[in-house]
Amino acid sequence: MKRRRKTEEFRLHLLVCAGTGCVANHAFDIKEELQKEIARKKLSDEIGVVTTGCQGFCERGPIVIVQPDGIFYQRMKKKDIPHLVEEHLLKGRPVKELMYIPSPREAPVPKMMDIEFFKHQRLIILRNRGRLDPENIDEYIGFNGYQALEIALTRMTPERIIKEVKASGLRGRGGAGFPTGMKWDLCRREPGRIKYIICNGDEGDPGAFMDRSVLEADPHSVIEGMTIGARAISVHKGFVYVRSEYPLAVKRLKIALSQAEEYGLLGKDILGTNFDFDIEVVQGAGAFVCGEETALIASIEGKVGRPRQRPPYPSEKGLWGKPTNINNVETWANVPMIISRGAKWFSSIGTKTSKGTKIFSLVGKINNTGLVEVPMGITMREIIYDIGGGIPQGKEFKAVQTGGPSGGCIPKNMLDLPIDYESLTQAGSMMGSGGMIVMDEDTCMVDVARYFLNFTQEESCGKCPPCRMGTKHMVYTLDRKTKGKGREGDIQFLESIAENVKLSSLCGLGQTAPHPVLTTLRYFRDEYEAHIKEKRCPALVCKDLISYVIDDKLCGGCTVCAKNCPSDAISGEPKKIHTIDQQKCTKCGICITVCPPKFNAVKKVSPAVK
Amino acid sequence: MKINAKDLSRIVSKYHDEKSSLIAVLQDVQEEYHWLPPEALRFVSEKLCIPLIDVYSVATFYRAFSLTPRGEHVVTVCLGTACHVRGAPLVLDRIRNRLRVEPGCTTGDGKFTLESVNCLGACALAPIVVVDGKYHGQTTVKKAAQIIEEYHTKRPKKRVTRRRKK
Repeated sequence: MKRRRKTEEFRLHLLVCAGTGCVANHAFDIKEELQKEIARKKLSDEIGVVTTGCQGFCERGPIVIVQPDGIFYQRMKKKDIPHLVEEHLLKGRPVKELMYIPSPREAPVPKMMDIEFFKHQRLIILRNRGRLDPENIDEYIGFNGYQALEIALTRMTPERIIKEVKASGLRGRGGAGFPTGMKWDLCRREPGRIKYIICNGDEGDPGAFMDRSVLEADPHSVIEGMTIGARAISVHKGFVYVRSEYPLAVKRLKIALSQAEEYGLLGKDILGTNFDFDIEVVQGAGAFVCGEETALIASIEGKVGRPRQRPPYPSEKGLWGKPTNINNVETWANVPMIISRGAKWFSSIGTKTSKGTKIFSLVGKINNTGLVEVPMGITMREIIYDIGGGIPQGKEFKAVQTGGPSGGCIPKNMLDLPIDYESLTQAGSMMGSGGMIVMDEDTCMVDVARYFLNFTQEESCGKCPPCRMGTKHMVYTLDRKTKGKGREGDIQFLESIAENVKLSSLCGLGQTAPHPVLTTLRYFRDEYEAHIKEKRCPALVCKDLISYVIDDKLCGGCTVCAKNCPSDAISGEPKKIHTIDQQKCTKCGICITVCPPKFNAVKKVSPAVK
Repeated sequence: MKINAKDLSRIVSKYHDEKSSLIAVLQDVQEEYHWLPPEALRFVSEKLCIPLIDVYSVATFYRAFSLTPRGEHVVTVCLGTACHVRGAPLVLDRIRNRLRVEPGCTTGDGKFTLESVNCLGACALAPIVVVDGKYHGQTTVKKAAQIIEEYHTKRPKKRVTRRRKK
């Protein structure tokens, strides 16, 4: 094995974020360039460059943090690097231009922990985020990694472990919120020698990427949690099921597994305690329904991922008919902290029924897109305005969608809702895996409902008729509305069909699929009515209900729109007012993006101009 | 389509001819050929002793598998929620009109395959268009067309068949 340079040998460390977001923004090029520049300045012996897992502040990627001072550089470009190395690393003068500036009127914030986005977070699961190299087990161990495993294996009986997890009040982070300790206990009590545990990393909810981030940034915490769970339930084989869309997570997980095995923390006779446990990685193949536990089991068995009737629950009859315990990535990553710091500490965080912290992915129309870990019970307002920095371009907040396609939209007047399993369910939504999609005044709620329904309809496995046909009819009805063909009575029809699908579907996918429709109907009924009665889309989104027009008073006759129009729908001569031929217009929206800000003459109107 | 029985044997034997590894085998086959040729499905079915109808059912159930050859460039538009609210449908429309092809299909000249994906988990870059594994973040309607033009003239990289260590 190549000798790794010891961390204390360096004067400074540059931590380059290598989460998927930053990598897509060329973080590896930045790293390479930094190393080259540092070598050029002959600083290679003093300064180390390390890639870390996701920092969470994806909006500002690629991110470089200089430690030990904690100086936070953002939106790095290759051309900034010589200047950064020269000024900060050589002369010791941090570069203000590359720091985070909250708004044009404010001063740059040099330190990471002073940035509003990071300040209000409470890190348990993401405790190691951005501070260690996920491909190096020594660094995880250096931050007290595998200590909990040692405690669990040498000083605790399986019963004690389960008791501790039960006392912590940890509930499943995959969405449903079933108490984890109880789930373990049920599986442990099942007769039979062969049992399995599974880590569910089939994070299919669009707009949620916390599981990916945990697997990418700190794979060992999941492995450690699973091994502790395996000991508690007396299991010797585990599986991690990861989406195929997450290649980086799979790669890092595999590296972590082989390193853990090399160190005797996995495999035969772990830590000399005579306990054997082995983990295998299974890759999904792009089916949302496989996040459902029985479908996931079928998929691991190499079959078509269709759910089956429960009971029997997987804890009785799971993988290959054996008792199986399934938990989500985030749930497993909580376990080591519960064991090492105790149930009492864990249960002191959060609300009465929801303990600990939860990771949310804050995306959509929000200034600070990224991953945030916050204690349960925090309000939506705190997350969106304090951490998220509010809505871009001074637009008005409209709704936040939680729980992915199974969740619902929560309107503005409920912003002070504390976030826990129960209150979200009461509001008609659900915790889900933790996606939080913020929508502003430019988002059409009917279109959002149609989007989610279309998603669940496409992902429905087709096994049970209520889901297969119910979702299809709902999409059809919603589609008609967005095309201006809505009819009187459509809303009642939607409501009745939604209730039916909810009550009679086989698995969670169908049972929760109507949530987006039901919540938008509950909170945004006026938008539905505008679509049906006035053929008008208040948010100016639904293509068939809007028209692009050029304002005669504002048009400067610059011809830019006419040159860019792909369907030759715009006519007009230089310095003269342009017009859009509504018959030819395909409503692609290019004209509105190219019209110079000084004219700002292209407008959307609804109902559509005939 | 010519398939190489030796390559396929190597893939299947990597998984010890186990039935439960069907999905993994198909994934490897797809990586080799960029789609699932019918001959390969037949071969896998025989080797793993799984009825062809079941292999076909798995191959059509999962979104990651393609039963038609794919183009030189694969254009993937993310339609996750974050991308959706930031205008991905317009971007998809633009690319669809430009290539004159529906998502899931390949252009007549075999140059582009247009695909959509539910979420890539890189929502900060929304809306995202991925071409041959390269991410193009914050795509606008205008940028979308430019991205396609860029690849229109570009020659595809030579596909290197990776030799796996045994």
